[in-house]
Amino acid sequence: MFSFAPTIVLFPLLGFLFLGLFGARLRNEKLIGILGSGTVGLSFLVAVALFIHMLGLEPDQRKGIVELFSWIGTFTGTASSVNVSVAYQVDQLSILMTLVVTGVGFLIHVYSIGYMHGDPGFWRFFTYLNLFIFAMLNLVLADNFLLMFLGWEGVGLCSYLLIGFWYDRKFDVGGYAPGKAWTNDAAKKAFIVNRIGDFGFLLAMFLIVVQFESLSFDAVFGRASVMTPGSDVMIWITLLLFLGATGKSAQIPLFVWLPDAMAGPTPVSALIHAATMVTAGVYMVARCSILFALAPATLQVVAVIGALTAIMAATIGLVQNDIKKVLAYSTVSQLGYMFLAMGVAAFTAGIFHVVTHAFFKALLFLGSGAVIHGMHDEQDIQKMGGLKKYLPVTYKTFLIGAIAIAGIPPFAGFFSKDEILWKAFSSDQGSVLLWAIAAAGAGMTAFYMFRLVILTFEGKERFDHHHAHPHEAPKTMTVPLIVLAFLSVVGGFIGVPESLMGGNALEHWLEPIFAPAMTALRATPHHGGITEYLLMALSVGIAVAGIYGAHTVYMKRQELADAWRSKYRRIYQVLWNKYYVDEAYDALFVRSTVKASETVLWKGLDVSVIDRLVNASAQGVAWLSSKVRLIQSGFAQRYATIFVGGIVLVLFWLMFK
Amino acid sequence: MGIQLYLYLSAILFMIGVVGVIARRNAIIVFMSIELMLNSVNLTLVAFSAFLGDVTGQMLVFFVMTVAAAEAAIGLAIIISLFRNKQTVNLDEINILKW
Amino acid sequence: MLTEYILTITIFLPLLGGLALLLVDKGSVNTIKMVGFGATALTFVVSLYLYFAFDPMAAGFQFQHKVVWIENLAISYSVGIDGMSLLLILLTTFLTPLALLGTWNSITHRIKEYMVMMLLLEVGMIGVFAALDLFLFYVFWEAMLIPMYFIIGIWGGQERVYAAIKFFLFTLFGSLLMLVAILALAYSASTIPGGQFTTDLYVLYGVGPRLALNVQSWMFLAFALSFAIKVPLFPLHTWLPDAHVQAPTAGSVILAGVLLKMGTYGLIRFCLPLFPDAAFVFTPAMTSLAVIGIIYGALVAMVQTDMKKLVAYSSVSHLGFVVLGTFAMTEEGIQGAIIQMVNHGLSTGALFLIVGMVYDRAHTRAIADFGGVAKIMPVFATFFMIVTLSSIGLPGLNGFVGEFMILVGSFKSAFLGSSAYSIIATSGVILAAVYMLWMYQRVMLGPVRPDRLYGGHALTDLTRREIATLVPLVVFIVWIGVYPGTFLKTSAGMAKQVVQTMESARQGGQARFVELKNR
Repeated sequence: MFSFAPTIVLFPLLGFLFLGLFGARLRNEKLIGILGSGTVGLSFLVAVALFIHMLGLEPDQRKGIVELFSWIGTFTGTASSVNVSVAYQVDQLSILMTLVVTGVGFLIHVYSIGYMHGDPGFWRFFTYLNLFIFAMLNLVLADNFLLMFLGWEGVGLCSYLLIGFWYDRKFDVGGYAPGKAWTNDAAKKAFIVNRIGDFGFLLAMFLIVVQFESLSFDAVFGRASVMTPGSDVMIWITLLLFLGATGKSAQIPLFVWLPDAMAGPTPVSALIHAATMVTAGVYMVARCSILFALAPATLQVVAVIGALTAIMAATIGLVQNDIKKVLAYSTVSQLGYMFLAMGVAAFTAGIFHVVTHAFFKALLFLGSGAVIHGMHDEQDIQKMGGLKKYLPVTYKTFLIGAIAIAGIPPFAGFFSKDEILWKAFSSDQGSVLLWAIAAAGAGMTAFYMFRLVILTFEGKERFDHHHAHPHEAPKTMTVPLIVLAFLSVVGGFIGVPESLMGGNALEHWLEPIFAPAMTALRATPHHGGITEYLLMALSVGIAVAGIYGAHTVYMKRQELADAWRSKYRRIYQVLWNKYYVDEAYDALFVRSTVKASETVLWKGLDVSVIDRLVNASAQGVAWLSSKVRLIQSGFAQRYATIFVGGIVLVLFWLMFK
Repeated sequence: MGIQLYLYLSAILFMIGVVGVIARRNAIIVFMSIELMLNSVNLTLVAFSAFLGDVTGQMLVFFVMTVAAAEAAIGLAIIISLFRNKQTVNLDEINILKW
Repeated sequence: MLTEYILTITIFLPLLGGLALLLVDKGSVNTIKMVGFGATALTFVVSLYLYFAFDPMAAGFQFQHKVVWIENLAISYSVGIDGMSLLLILLTTFLTPLALLGTWNSITHRIKEYMVMMLLLEVGMIGVFAALDLFLFYVFWEAMLIPMYFIIGIWGGQERVYAAIKFFLFTLFGSLLMLVAILALAYSASTIPGGQFTTDLYVLYGVGPRLALNVQSWMFLAFALSFAIKVPLFPLHTWLPDAHVQAPTAGSVILAGVLLKMGTYGLIRFCLPLFPDAAFVFTPAMTSLAVIGIIYGALVAMVQTDMKKLVAYSSVSHLGFVVLGTFAMTEEGIQGAIIQMVNHGLSTGALFLIVGMVYDRAHTRAIADFGGVAKIMPVFATFFMIVTLSSIGLPGLNGFVGEFMILVGSFKSAFLGSSAYSIIATSGVILAAVYMLWMYQRVMLGPVRPDRLYGGHALTDLTRREIATLVPLVVFIVWIGVYPGTFLKTSAGMAKQVVQTMESARQGGQARFVELKNR
């Protein structure tokens, strides 16, 4: 049964190739849409079949590796040299990720049929989407670091292609650059910032090769599990891997590409920058849990950065006016929570949040897409309001998504977020401070999400009725919304903790994956008792307070918003300008490098110094010749004189030798 | 009486020829000087041949005379061509092969 | 019988084509082009036989053919190939017909001479990779300078004469020093008891390592200088931007695709095994220059305004990787270097063809003159993107395979001693993405600029001929990226041997120095 696993990866690849080569000729949108979605749907079905098969197996049997062919290596037969294959590993963690990727991916493909209707690049969109799914599946199903890296960079490539999909359009970057930037600037930024993270990933791989003499997960993790924790090399490996994760999953310091990535079509934001690609970093940390467990210092770093990112992004999200930007910063913030979970060794909680976040964040993005579609490409929430009358399905599903992300039980977000908060407090690696930061962030999350809901859907209509005619989205778009809303409601039940009488199915399912890490950490399970219930109630209370606060400020007493804005003008400016991080990076790194390269390296060194040396040597030879040629006077008698002189000299020499 | 006198004569003629080649301006005079040099060598060869009783020297004289004749013919042809182009045979004014 | 002569046939087949061209009338342009293309294509087919008949498991050189040339100096016409030279010969015979096909209509005057020059160039190139006698190697090495000089100087751009002379003299300077070293090495073969003056490589492989360190050092430097100029290694690279920009497209393709590989080929074939002790001494210097070249080439490429110059500097950057892999002297490093030579030939060759296709239409190469080309030429945009991605080392395409192996190999290399080289070189992948994607954006994306009428020329999408030129390149770009085993297996034996030679030289060398100290 496991041998069917490669077909999961194969279907989207075939879709990409077929649509890439023939898509331009197929004039029929429906056909392209069905083909594009169908391949992902097929992958989903195979994944489901595999999952059901695995349910019937014993926990330690639930793993299969299918090797396809030898990929990169020296092929010299030396055992210690690098030799990596294309091989796929199906286990509890990868099948879970696969189901999320293909399931949510399928829904978004269907949604795109409606959203991208009429676009001249319709076939190109589905081609790139299929390529993305192919790359993402390679990432989560790989059985070694190098194949995972192929998926890792592959999703980066698709992100680049899809963000810059409308390649002749400008987009508004908010407070960043005066004037407007092009979509491809955002795409390029995403790719390059990701590459900085990939630099870390590559170095980590080299260290792994030196340390473990292999790149396959089984070999590396097997050899790692007998190492003693805290060694320098492990800290370096995990720090570098985490650098890669901060790039891919938009954490401090490499998060700056994600908000700009909103320049792409909304389904792209939903699929890549919410549900799947950005969670690749979290998945990678989870997959390498044993390595991180052997480097407690790195775990601390991960947790701190996760927490800081969570709260920083939340503060920025409080004041943004573009509907997608709010959701983008929300994503950065939620990813921070996932890394916080990883950092406190709550690996299952982190993966849990990946799953639930995929549901409700995709829902929110698709909903915002429906709003944008209905408002004819308007994205500024200050120009919306009262839309619940015109887009009822969108409103209801969006509201469900907002409630889920705020963390209100029994919706999905509550269970996952609450577990993270509890583990941040109670785990060996956690602390009250981390919990406090996370809880504050949760409050802000509820606040800004409901600010978004209210400003968009409730209250007075602030849009110009002459220009905007808001209407509900077609079925291809609303049906996925409804499905995702349903999942946002019930999705949390896979991980109901024991303290609430649930079986915590997810924890048991993933236990064999994280067992080596937990053993290395000598983690003791904490039974919270009263403290756990107290914190649970507290987190719900904070969420409710956030919602109530948003309701008050934006519904009842709107003058408060303006009052705060003028009273705390300085703080507002800093938040609205995203702490000026983009500007700082631009000045420190981008502009200085370009200027230095141009003046110092090119004009200064290459042209002035090296080339001048070369030309000078040529000129030197020319100068020498100009002196030597003076011997050629043209007078034959002069030459004769020299002959005679020479003969005389020779004669003298012969005579007086 | 010994060969010395003949050799002295040849040497003096040769030197006169060399000075003529180096110091005279007119190309025809230079050619005459070259002929003088060649003939001085002829004199040396004949002198030695008579003195040593070996006829090889006189044979070589014939070679030298032939070469001198040929060279004079071609050389004068070149001078005439030069004169046609440059309207002069003054060597101080002819430096076409200058750098 | 065939195995003995096949290599010689491969080398000189283009020459036969050239001779055939002498019979063709100057005016029948199409016939000239067909004969020239046919000769190069035929050479490719013949070289394929070499590939299929090659035995990857056998040690040493295959298809050897030796004819005594200058007897009392023991100089012979000796040719033979192993895995690395086979791959490079295939690259040569593959790229030359494609270069001609891609620029079918670019050259309009003196086509016959042009075709003859290209054929002579091919003879020289294949000969360099096949020569097993140092004197013969030198002859072929010089032999491919002259046609290239003419190609740049006659059919090139505005500043072609300067560029051609610079290229010629720069390379010649290094080659002459190499000649001195060759002669000195051949002479030292005669100082060994029982030996004689010879330039045969087999014999010299035994002579070189036994020389004293200071003798080895200057010989190594002489060889390395010549090869370093060819690679090109920083700071001897300044001939490259001028030569590339001024050369006609096919000339650039061959120059970047094959000629630059001769430098790196020479380093692996001659510098390392002939002078191992000197190689160890100079490894830090060479590696530092290579790494500097990677970063420097990338940074300077970033600020170029001419597309061809940008690609030229990117070559400096990419070949820095190859030199890094060479001096890592690990299996991954050498294998990575070899495959990266092939990769660079394919990717950069394709890039120059692409730039040439745009230049044929718009008659300008300045990036500022372009914008929004993707909308007018979508097929072209796709090919350009694929080749760009290959150039920046996207996993799944060929560039990644070589880069990764080189970086891993140099990271874990005992010879290099420090992993700092590898770390700095890895940051080069970030810079590569920067300059390539920025160029792609400025040329292909954004809106079509109506004020840019491209000098009145219409930009049309690729013709079938141009697609037929690019498709084989893309096929190999993907093939090597997904299943490089086909090619890595060919050179695996040779790489292993090189590493073993250097390893035993390192150990033997230390013992030898101990012995010298104790004397």
